[in-house]
Amino acid sequence: MELCDLPAYELTRLLRQRKISATEILASCLARIETVDGRPGSTEPGEISDEDKQTVHAFITVTDDRARAQAMSVDQKLADGEDPGRLAGVPFTVKDIFCVQGTRTTAASRILANFVAPYTATPVARMEAEGALMLGKVNLDEFTYGSSNESSAFQPCPRNPWNPQCVPGGSSGGSVASVAAGEAALSLGTDTAGSIRQPAAFCGVVGLKPTYGRVSRYGLIAFGSSLDCPGPIARNVTDAAMMLQVIAGPDAHDSTAASVPVEDYLAQLETGVRGLRIGLSPDYFKVTYPDELGEYVQQAVPQEFEAAVRRAADLLAQMGAEIIEDVPMPNTRYGIPAYFVISRVEAASNLHRYDGVKYGHRTVEPVRDLNEMYRKSRAEGFGLQPKLRILMGMYVSAAQYSEQYYQRALRVRTLIRRDFDRVFDPNGKYRLHALLTPTTPTTAFPFGAVYGDSVLMQYADQLTVPANHAGVPGISVPGGIAADGLPIGIQFLAADYQEALLLRIARSYEKASEGESWRQVKPMVLQR
Amino acid sequence: MSEFIDRSTFDHLVQLAALELTDEQAEYLLRELNNQLKAIRELEAIPLDEDVPATWHGVPYTPQISPALRGDDWQPFERPQDILAQAPQMENGYLIVPDIPHTTLE
Repeated sequence: MELCDLPAYELTRLLRQRKISATEILASCLARIETVDGRPGSTEPGEISDEDKQTVHAFITVTDDRARAQAMSVDQKLADGEDPGRLAGVPFTVKDIFCVQGTRTTAASRILANFVAPYTATPVARMEAEGALMLGKVNLDEFTYGSSNESSAFQPCPRNPWNPQCVPGGSSGGSVASVAAGEAALSLGTDTAGSIRQPAAFCGVVGLKPTYGRVSRYGLIAFGSSLDCPGPIARNVTDAAMMLQVIAGPDAHDSTAASVPVEDYLAQLETGVRGLRIGLSPDYFKVTYPDELGEYVQQAVPQEFEAAVRRAADLLAQMGAEIIEDVPMPNTRYGIPAYFVISRVEAASNLHRYDGVKYGHRTVEPVRDLNEMYRKSRAEGFGLQPKLRILMGMYVSAAQYSEQYYQRALRVRTLIRRDFDRVFDPNGKYRLHALLTPTTPTTAFPFGAVYGDSVLMQYADQLTVPANHAGVPGISVPGGIAADGLPIGIQFLAADYQEALLLRIARSYEKASEGESWRQVKPMVLQR
Repeated sequence: MSEFIDRSTFDHLVQLAALELTDEQAEYLLRELNNQLKAIRELEAIPLDEDVPATWHGVPYTPQISPALRGDDWQPFERPQDILAQAPQMENGYLIVPDIPHTTLE
């Protein structure tokens, strides 16, 4: 096994024992990137060749010089007997929606293709301060608007390491692909409707969406400001806990980063699930979506998804958890319609700042006046998905429609929140510590299968988006391999700021399923 | 099913959004907007009691967990030149833009 395939907790241990150096870890990761990643995404990609279709393409920018300087600094500190930090020598990637000083920060959009960030996002700064090695900026759906990465202005876009003919999911597609393919141990992603958990499920890795406000959004290019959550992506639960430990907590630069003390996530990790109440909800074993005529169709999630969730429940029950069946979450199905309104209003508001004046793309076409400059710069700079969100956001928040759409969606959001309040209430009927659900209704889909149909694409987030409306934390962990050879993700959801509990339950399941045969299967790009 | 957004409303939105579209883009975006509005229509059928308030943030911000506001003090950025270096056009410390259109009010 190569160093780049080792867990982050193992790398830090070996490093502190001076058995390996940070420089060696970095060399291993860069070699893996060279082997599996192919060419980075570009706004001038030319033709996508058959060879391109076999590699991962997680990166937009590899920051090897930065990582080399960080690795040398860690090795020097160790040689001098200094503490190199809690994430010393751990290689990580950053979704290219976070500002990192001196790096191109593109949001996978032409409008920011030339933008070099003048400051560093808080979660990245905290990881770097703890000795982590930043390998580069990874690809995503343009401005995070998608669930497949196909909308990136930087092509070739990321491909699924388990089967490069399938999407990695999104929007944190480059993040999960880089972790699944062993290019990095950790990645910093964001989750607005499921953008950490859905791609984590598609690529067989662990993805944690913390409570809204648990991790600072300072330096994150905003999408839905009341929904966006930065969070860790890792290959195992312990690594995700290590990363959250570093990035969580209040921040003077973000007034929505709550002043809630950060628990010791690692200390509780191995304490098991005895006595915990874990719920299963029939409302998470089905999806509801509009067919071509706009009529709503209800469909059960595939049998193997329900089986994976029930298998996990059995394992947890064997370890002493109490499984509560038939927990009602009746407003789950309204998550997507409400999201279509709320996220678009917030996105449109956030996208008005891109005007070609202070930074980003400005048209080189001759223009008569400022208004024409705005229109041409934005027309050239934004892809179709941002344009769609701007137009929808403006429509549903217009004075004459606001009551009908925006205000109503915000009130439906209250109903979704109440579903969670009811089942997590310690004095209520259910008194759950967590809900256990499938993360997605399907495995990763092939390229082109959904892209273009913006409604169907959004419904890929149906089982993840309620947690964003409610603000509660959720984690997706690998739960099996489907008949099509692709990973199945299972999700745990808990009450506000209960990340320690979530990680502990997820770790218990991970440990209990360690010996299962599907755990031995490796992504296709690592079998060559 | 009737369309929610007709072409003239759409064109007005495009103008307000300071965008320009090719015919092909306009056709796609108008179709997708109307498809999304079909999905959004499901909200209208949800029974909502009068007293259900709006939620802007899922997690309630109580005084205990809301960070104190910092003082209204000027905090200079260390490297203003890094910010200014991003501007498409600068001259003598000014951002340069094309002519700003003027409208004479009646």
